[in-house]
Amino acid sequence: MLKWLDERLGAGHWARKGLKKVFPDHWAFLLGEVALFCFVVLVATGVYLTLFFRPDATPVIYDGPYRALRGQEMSAAYESVLRLSFEVRAGLLMRQIHHWAALIFVASIVVHAMRVFFTGAFRKPREINWLVGVSLLIFAIGMGFTGYSLPDDLLSGTGLRIAYSVMLSIPFIGPYITFLVFGGEFPTEGIISRLFVMHVMLLPALVIGLITVHLGILWRQKHAQFRGPGRTEGNVVGKAFWPSQVFKSTGLMLLVAAVLAALGGLVQINGVWAYGPFDPTAVSGPAQPDWYVGWLEGGLRLFPAWEWTLFGVTIPSAFVPGVVIPGLVFTILALWPFIEQRITKDYEVHNLLDRPRDVPWRTAVGTAGFLYMGLLTIAGGNDVLALTFNIPVEGITWFLRVALLVVPVVGGMIAYRVCKELQVGGDHPLRRRRGTVLRRTTSGGFEEVH
Amino acid sequence: MKAGRLAAISFVLSMVASLALVAVYFVGESTPLEGTLLALALGGLGLGIVVWAKSLMSAPEVTEEHEALSSGPEARDRTKAMVQDDEVTRRTLLVRLVAGAGTTLAAALAIPALSLGPRPGQTLFGTKWTSGARLVDRNNDPIRPEDLPIEGVVTVFPEGFVGSSDSQTVLVRVAPDLLEPVEGRQDWSPQGCIGYSKICTHAGCPIGLYRAEAHQLLCPCHQSTFDVLQGAEPVFGPAARPLPQLPLDLDDDGYLVARSDYLEPVGPSFWNMTGGE
Ligand code: FES
Repeated sequence: MLKWLDERLGAGHWARKGLKKVFPDHWAFLLGEVALFCFVVLVATGVYLTLFFRPDATPVIYDGPYRALRGQEMSAAYESVLRLSFEVRAGLLMRQIHHWAALIFVASIVVHAMRVFFTGAFRKPREINWLVGVSLLIFAIGMGFTGYSLPDDLLSGTGLRIAYSVMLSIPFIGPYITFLVFGGEFPTEGIISRLFVMHVMLLPALVIGLITVHLGILWRQKHAQFRGPGRTEGNVVGKAFWPSQVFKSTGLMLLVAAVLAALGGLVQINGVWAYGPFDPTAVSGPAQPDWYVGWLEGGLRLFPAWEWTLFGVTIPSAFVPGVVIPGLVFTILALWPFIEQRITKDYEVHNLLDRPRDVPWRTAVGTAGFLYMGLLTIAGGNDVLALTFNIPVEGITWFLRVALLVVPVVGGMIAYRVCKELQVGGDHPLRRRRGTVLRRTTSGGFEEVH
Repeated sequence: MKAGRLAAISFVLSMVASLALVAVYFVGESTPLEGTLLALALGGLGLGIVVWAKSLMSAPEVTEEHEALSSGPEARDRTKAMVQDDEVTRRTLLVRLVAGAGTTLAAALAIPALSLGPRPGQTLFGTKWTSGARLVDRNNDPIRPEDLPIEGVVTVFPEGFVGSSDSQTVLVRVAPDLLEPVEGRQDWSPQGCIGYSKICTHAGCPIGLYRAEAHQLLCPCHQSTFDVLQGAEPVFGPAARPLPQLPLDLDDDGYLVARSDYLEPVGPSFWNMTGGE
């Protein structure tokens, strides 16, 4: 077998080289792999779902086994999702695994990107791969949103309607591009099949292509690594690809799939039958989108009612939080390696990673950004918070508006201080205690614990 | 060897779970059971492999050198010289023309994308309401003011267009002396019946909630709140425009009708909404 391949492709040589490739042994390097394996699960379950889903807005009358909706008019798309959920064996399992995998796919990309950010792994020569990674994040969110909108239930219809309105808010071109994308004034019949093509063809093709590029560049540039004995800017220390890394990664893939299967089987998600079919004149009560669009929703909720009309041109209030802020967020994120290079004037190649404390100002900026996005995400659920804690939504909204301006700045400053202190102490904060430990006494004072 | 045992047990567990999964599929469905068995089948296999990798094959650490990525200035210069073939670079006119032709071709190929949707034209400026159109509820029944209790709310449509998205209107009835109508709209609310577009002026959600004690309409999407008594002015939340008000009247049989379409665009704002095309 090897001989056959070798004589045709010269496999003997490069296969050995590939199998000998060195992978640094650190848990933080597995985060990207988790994302990759979620994607594998998404493709596998997604293909299965595609065989049952009908991207079709034609109205039908439901007469399936789900009593509560029997006799109701709904789109063929929604009906096919109900059929998949109630009548196809293992269909509901596949659907739920698919949805959970999507949530965790985006989450692991975000955590992986944070690892890369805080350790400075995006520095020369890895700026290109950072750009590829940011694009992957954007396309992953796009896949999530298009997929979530397909079932044509009441909740997803609300999300689509907001997306339509945000697109419409763009000055000068908004109405034109919105009508091209949606095929007319909302709600349009054709939108389901358009989303379907995006979701099962265009976006996956892009993502698969970009993952290939991402891994190819990684392979060419080799891993960066944390500092340690025997590790220099010029080498990589770790385990060989074969056998140890192959076994570990295969094991990890199966474990990721196992967790997703357990979630899909045991934790119900997006029970579209409970929301009912899409109806343009109704809206489902406290509506929660998937977590990764929560920050967009939060921005729309927090932004004040500012709408300007200048020389007959209206800037709708949804434009800044819906278009400008997300645009800035992704632009800054994408350009970060170049922004940092401008600031530090550091044009050297870096194969050794920083610990977050080594570059306090970067860690501070990252922390502030993280807090900003986190608060927006929380704001996306302000009605749920209000309901849970029984506080008026107005109060929460005002509180979050102020917090959004204050918390990131304060948090960034604290992160900066913590980094500086850790630099002096030099120890890993989790592995060794330093300083004095205070205990709260029953009278409310503090005492030292020795 | 302990680790080897653990790995072996995991593999066997995985096999058993897989077989059980097949059985469950044929016997009948139970999503939680399917999920659990699938998780065990995958997890057992995965765990076994990880245990195996960890303990049975403690590979030594190896070191690999980074070879320089850059090929150096000389090689770059040679590449550059090769790209800048005289026959290509000297022909400036041809280079420009080929770029131009490429651009025009791209433009021509992009044009069919315009078929994807109509031009907005007047679509966003009008709804299905017309002068004299009766207000009907979801069951197509026309409405008299006395059908609606004080503080009652109902979603209405122009007769013949039940379910029309852009024409959906909330009809609220309040005690007439509470109303503080906007200038010029004094006679738009017969017997305290007042109609506003149901589409939120923020991002277009249907306004779902009426708080009778405060006389406020509330949008569930981002909590914009509108004061029903004062021309649906926004009092809280991200919406900046009042909900457009539908001019109402009574016809000869005492049913509520529209005096005309809305006088301004309904729904989310867009850049040329004040002008029209
Ligand atoms: S759509 Fe009504 S508040 Fe945003």
